[in-house]
Amino acid sequence: MTTLDEPPVPAGPVDERERNPAAAAEDRPIGFGRLQRKEDPRFVRGKGHYLDDITLPGMLHGAVLRSPVAHARLVSIDTTAAAAHPKVRAVITGKDLEPLNLAWAPTLSADVQAVLATDKVRFQGQEVAFVVAEDRYAARDALELIKVEYDVLPPVMDARKALDPGMPVIRDDLEGRTDNHIFDWEAGDSAATDAVFARADVVVSQDVVYPRVHPAPMETCGAIADYDPIDGKLTLYETTQAPHAHRTLYALVAGIPEHKIRVISPDIGGGFGNKVGIYPGYVCAVVGSIVTGKPVKWVEDRSENLMSTSFARDYLMRGEVAATSDGRILAVRTTVIADHGAFNATAQPTKYPAGFFHIFTGSYDLEAAHCKVTGVYTNKAPGGVAYACSFRVTEAVYLVERMVDVLAQKLAMDPAELRLKNFIRPEQFPYQNKTGWEYDSGEYETAMRLSMKIAGYDELRREQADKRARGELMGIGVSFFTETVGAGPRRHMDIVGLGMADGAEVRVHPTGKAVVRLSVQSQGQGHETTFAQIVAEELGIPPESIEVVHGDTDQTPFGLGTYGSRSTPVSGGAVALASRKVRDKARMIASVMLEARPDDLEWEKGRWFVRGDPEQGKTISEIALGAHGTLELPEGVDGNLDAEVTYDPPNLTFPFGAYICVVDIDPGTGVVKVRRFIAVDDCGTRINPMIIEGQVHGGLTDGVGMALMEFIGFDEDGNCLGGSFMDYLIPTSMEVPDWETGYTVTPSPHHPIGAKGIGESATVGSPPAIVNAIVDALQPMGVVHVDMPCTPARVWAAMQGRAQPPV
Amino acid sequence: MQIAMTVNGEQVTRDAEPRVLLVHFIREVLGLTGTHTGCDTSNCGVCVVLMDGKPVKSCTVLAAMAAGHDVRTVEGLAKNGTLDPVQQGFMEEHGLQCGFCTPGMMLTARALLDSNPHPDDHQIREAISGQICRCTGYATIVRSVHWAANHAAEEVPG
Ligand code: FES
Ligand code: FES
Repeated sequence: MTTLDEPPVPAGPVDERERNPAAAAEDRPIGFGRLQRKEDPRFVRGKGHYLDDITLPGMLHGAVLRSPVAHARLVSIDTTAAAAHPKVRAVITGKDLEPLNLAWAPTLSADVQAVLATDKVRFQGQEVAFVVAEDRYAARDALELIKVEYDVLPPVMDARKALDPGMPVIRDDLEGRTDNHIFDWEAGDSAATDAVFARADVVVSQDVVYPRVHPAPMETCGAIADYDPIDGKLTLYETTQAPHAHRTLYALVAGIPEHKIRVISPDIGGGFGNKVGIYPGYVCAVVGSIVTGKPVKWVEDRSENLMSTSFARDYLMRGEVAATSDGRILAVRTTVIADHGAFNATAQPTKYPAGFFHIFTGSYDLEAAHCKVTGVYTNKAPGGVAYACSFRVTEAVYLVERMVDVLAQKLAMDPAELRLKNFIRPEQFPYQNKTGWEYDSGEYETAMRLSMKIAGYDELRREQADKRARGELMGIGVSFFTETVGAGPRRHMDIVGLGMADGAEVRVHPTGKAVVRLSVQSQGQGHETTFAQIVAEELGIPPESIEVVHGDTDQTPFGLGTYGSRSTPVSGGAVALASRKVRDKARMIASVMLEARPDDLEWEKGRWFVRGDPEQGKTISEIALGAHGTLELPEGVDGNLDAEVTYDPPNLTFPFGAYICVVDIDPGTGVVKVRRFIAVDDCGTRINPMIIEGQVHGGLTDGVGMALMEFIGFDEDGNCLGGSFMDYLIPTSMEVPDWETGYTVTPSPHHPIGAKGIGESATVGSPPAIVNAIVDALQPMGVVHVDMPCTPARVWAAMQGRAQPPV
Repeated sequence: MQIAMTVNGEQVTRDAEPRVLLVHFIREVLGLTGTHTGCDTSNCGVCVVLMDGKPVKSCTVLAAMAAGHDVRTVEGLAKNGTLDPVQQGFMEEHGLQCGFCTPGMMLTARALLDSNPHPDDHQIREAISGQICRCTGYATIVRSVHWAANHAAEEVPG
């Protein structure tokens, strides 16, 4: 069993308040530290401003008619009765959109997607018609009056069979298309990997499914389109995580000039990737507003959200690991069938159709690795990158962490010990992995040992042995993840041709208060606080004196938005650098005010002073007033105190963490109880520990959901079986434990403030810990793997040695 | 039809279709948008308000059924500009992120504390178990309710 020596480098204890006992009492730190959120006062008063809270004068309401079947030819649509409804102002079908060139719209992955169906419907819940009416209820009533005739076709529901000869061709709209194949993509060296496998002592392999799940934020998606025919300006309120990218896409798709489009993203009730894409309902709202001359609101209901907007995962993976008999991992190999649904609409950087899945080499020093991913069409909803997945890092981490446990079981080694033996060592960073990544920094063993210490790992193993002797089912699961986030260097990464850089502008007003304008948009992550803290740290202006402006394309610099945990790594870099530019300019201005050479000035938080004479100094407030006043400024320095930066990250950042999960399984029913969960995260420099802890807690809860209950399943006729919260189960307070968190700090060497991002770490890292714990509990019964979601039925079947119900 | 009820201590009478849900009546007829909707099946609880002091899912009550009753929404939690300790607790303990579930969570917490001023973890978890939060993972909500319980008597300036 692994020894629990003191970690080789200092690391943090468990509780945030323990870490900094004064924190709760401490009044608003200027810079990094625990700080109450600036956005909270409005939310706790019910004064948040979410999309559905907005009412514009004369606003109408839209509703979407959706296909009840998964695959059918559209024979006819009769809208006469709906159009005659006294409260209906417009009924729009695909035929009406065709002349406007809007029946189909480009996706984020070089495919097209039907806005309203014209030829066929290709998944249950697909958009068929759009009604605009005077109120929400009337719009729904009118949907009932539309008659659609479908000629039902056999659907393709099993991605494994999608490429079989003779399968119905889903995308016969695409010229020359004779099958359901989308792409093949490979990373790593296939021959080198095969060679390592050929000489390895031990090879294990396992089929592993990451089932289709859904981000399901509590607020569903929606839009209000307000087209002004006189000046040709479209104001579009949208639940979007990426307002600038949306504006550009609307300009390209709808032909409205970009300077005449304003996208406003108000308070967002959770996103998790669900609010990255442009959905047909948004486009319909725009058309509805143009047609009726009134603002049109469309807000989907929960079933529409679960059935039609971006799903996540749906990766059918086969993993293989080659190792020596004493537990040295040599190579990992995997083949994947990626189910992309009816339209390839995943939001991926163009060069990476499988996202960053090629981080499946995990946290281990391998000799070789190779993956091949095949994307296929099925008669399911499109989408594909969502739910805090960091561009498919979720799938990669799940695969490798599950496979390491399969190997541990085969070698009869402790899974923590096996990981410790194979970690990339601190001195190997920056580390080139075998699929093309350069990991920036890591102290993996420290994090792993801290997690084991908090868990009382040896103690837990002893308890498990006692319980096993009594026939009780207790499992301890370990996972260790490395993420790759903060996409990305713009020469390598783009979304539909838009490079993944982000802009920020910092402006200090004459009185020393400041505003920072961001291209990214919060969905609950606390940007108004975190970004104010970054400026505060750099300029010494208190966070409460800094206004954060975001979510409005008319008011903020261009950038690609919030997803893939990129806000802090990318926009955080932009804000820090813009603040530093302001600081440099302040130095020039202070030098005039102090009649000293700029080189003779020194900075302390919030103030430039003369070296050797600290009394002689000017605060940032005084300098701001000077910058806006009548002071004669030095050559090359213009007035005012502001700066704008577009940050193009030199590399991605690589947060990591060590998770341990303890489960108890009811032997009579297969019900899994997550008793404890220990999460040690390293996101580099920590800006606001309270917010970080919150991000981790939320992600762990997602992990419990995916591992145990969340599932967008389908029957063979193509009916969605997860289309409401009756069937799509999300953890409540009763299914999750009181989280135990810890942290280590390994700053990113290439990031301006050393921060790596934390938004998705726990969602990525927790599912394998939970499934590993379940399999660990069932090991005495010979169980090697259970596919998610580990529902009682599936766990019980595994316990009986029976085939598990399919996923 | 005419529907009359008390909302946050104020008597209101409005015209609404008999089929209108209480949540839509509150949001769209009265303009109190702090109460949200999140599902179609009574599962999520972001619509929770207090009716005669008890938490109800306002998407599952017709406005007409609430006629004559005393309804309290998140907008009625603070008194004369002074935040309820529950509101303060959620800010202190990071009991909210996107804030969408928060009004419902806080109202349930208020009802719980009214009947049980010092609940334990399990009682808090049970009280909010009909409501989903997709952001926080619940532990900080539990801490927030404890904070409120421990600061019940304090006047918290708004
Ligand atoms: S809106 Fe979901 S329970 Fe009321
Ligand atoms: S804070 Fe976002 S759903 Fe609870």
